[in-house]
Amino acid sequence: MVDAVSPDRPLAVELRGVCKWYDEFQALKDIDLQVRQGERTVVCGPSGSGKSTMIRCINRLEEHHGGEIRINGESVELYEARPHLIRQRVGMVFQQFNLFSHMTVVENCCLGPIKALKLGRAEARERAMHYLEKVRIPEQADKYPSQLSGGQQQRVAIARALCMSPQIMLFDEPTSALDPEMIQEVLEAMIALAEDGMTMICVTHEMGFARTVADSVVFMDRGEIVEQAPPSEFFTAPRSERTRAFLDKIL
Amino acid sequence: MSAGRPGQRARWRPGAVDWLLLVGLAVFAGYVYYQLRHVLVYRWDWQSVLQFFAYRDEAGEWQQNLLLAGLEATLRIAIFSAILSLVLGLVLALMRVSSRLWPRMVARTYVELVRNTPPLVFLFIFYFFISAQLFPVLGIDRVIAALAESDSALVLWLLGDPRLVENLVVGILCLSCFEAAYVSEVLRAGIESVGKDQREGALAVGLTGTQTMWHVVLPQAVRIVIPALVGQLITLVKDTSIMSIISIQELAFSAQEVAVSTDRVFEVWILVALIYFVICYALSALSRRLELRRAVGR
Repeated sequence: MVDAVSPDRPLAVELRGVCKWYDEFQALKDIDLQVRQGERTVVCGPSGSGKSTMIRCINRLEEHHGGEIRINGESVELYEARPHLIRQRVGMVFQQFNLFSHMTVVENCCLGPIKALKLGRAEARERAMHYLEKVRIPEQADKYPSQLSGGQQQRVAIARALCMSPQIMLFDEPTSALDPEMIQEVLEAMIALAEDGMTMICVTHEMGFARTVADSVVFMDRGEIVEQAPPSEFFTAPRSERTRAFLDKIL
Repeated sequence: MSAGRPGQRARWRPGAVDWLLLVGLAVFAGYVYYQLRHVLVYRWDWQSVLQFFAYRDEAGEWQQNLLLAGLEATLRIAIFSAILSLVLGLVLALMRVSSRLWPRMVARTYVELVRNTPPLVFLFIFYFFISAQLFPVLGIDRVIAALAESDSALVLWLLGDPRLVENLVVGILCLSCFEAAYVSEVLRAGIESVGKDQREGALAVGLTGTQTMWHVVLPQAVRIVIPALVGQLITLVKDTSIMSIISIQELAFSAQEVAVSTDRVFEVWILVALIYFVICYALSALSRRLELRRAVGR
């Protein structure tokens, strides 16, 4: 079990009235979300509800069109011309792993630290091996991504993100593309990360993970946050009809 | 068809179509032989052409003659143009995938202009207008003159006969500007075939857009288009022959001179065709080996 986060911690991520459109379609409607440092937030909801779009706005892979996003108290607008500075502090793990297919595992992990953080090769490699051990996959360091299983690739992707020493980690359905028998190994790596006190926002349908790890569960539907509650409340006494309908379907 | 054991090629057995083709070929070869032997009564004279590659001077030393000098110039033009058109092509390709409008527009206009005019026409325009008007303005003609006068061994080795340096450099620039348009299209196709996931993966670890392009997208793009690039290189080698039209003294130009002065038209052009074939075939063989290695590794 992971310890709860006290409410007087400073905010790591804050969304206030965030809106986003794709042409006529409004993908995000007035999103308010607060994530404190060290807090684990799980975001769930039906597909197309804007979960991925929301977290991709946080690390600037998408632009938002209204409202404000603050990271550690700083508005992301300050970094409009240099979004890479935000991404160096906010790591992301993708559904499809997005490993660089022309590089070995350890090269994947070293690229960011060497090019973005200007670390020396030896230091970057040392750091990469440290995190590869953390996700329990150091023996695959010199293989190419295509030689690994999906679960192994996703663990490499987690290590790659951690190599940048991010303050916040975003997970975009990290287990959705995996075969069932590989989901557990990835979840274990994420749980270990949570136990180390990482601030995490996870878009996932793994309700077991939400129950054990999350401080707070957010339910999104049609671009809105419908409900946000601690897991104990969320799963036993959902307030909204839409949440209940969703939970009935997936549990 | 019997299934061969793995690693063993199935034995080829000729069928009816194969025999038909074979007979057809034999008849055609016989016809050509008959025409040459009994109708045209052409008297082959390879010796008088071969001496235009190299001859022995009075002292008994081998001296390079027109055709060999032309081949040398062709190789120089091909090699330097390959490098230069790759660089220019890369710049154009990067401009074409830029997020800004004006580099995209400039590059697109250039590529479309070049690709939709015949090489010969482009060459005339480039030669008479651009190289005659633009070079003096940019000071390139002074660079060329300095190169021609330089007696450094390196320049001599790279550019050959000092009297023909200007001729050679103009040829290289013309061809490079022309081929760069095609190279850029190949590279752009490669860049666009690298998945969005790779780009986002690189951005997500904090790389800038430029770093993402340079370290993640381009290496994969180039790998994908290497066969197409080698194909373009082969075209480039063949296109050097167009340079003869603006009096660049490469192989086709020398061949024309020799053909006119000796009247041995068949011999000269057959030999020259053979030379181009050997170079281009070697390149495509190289390309096949590269592809094979790519298929085996990963």
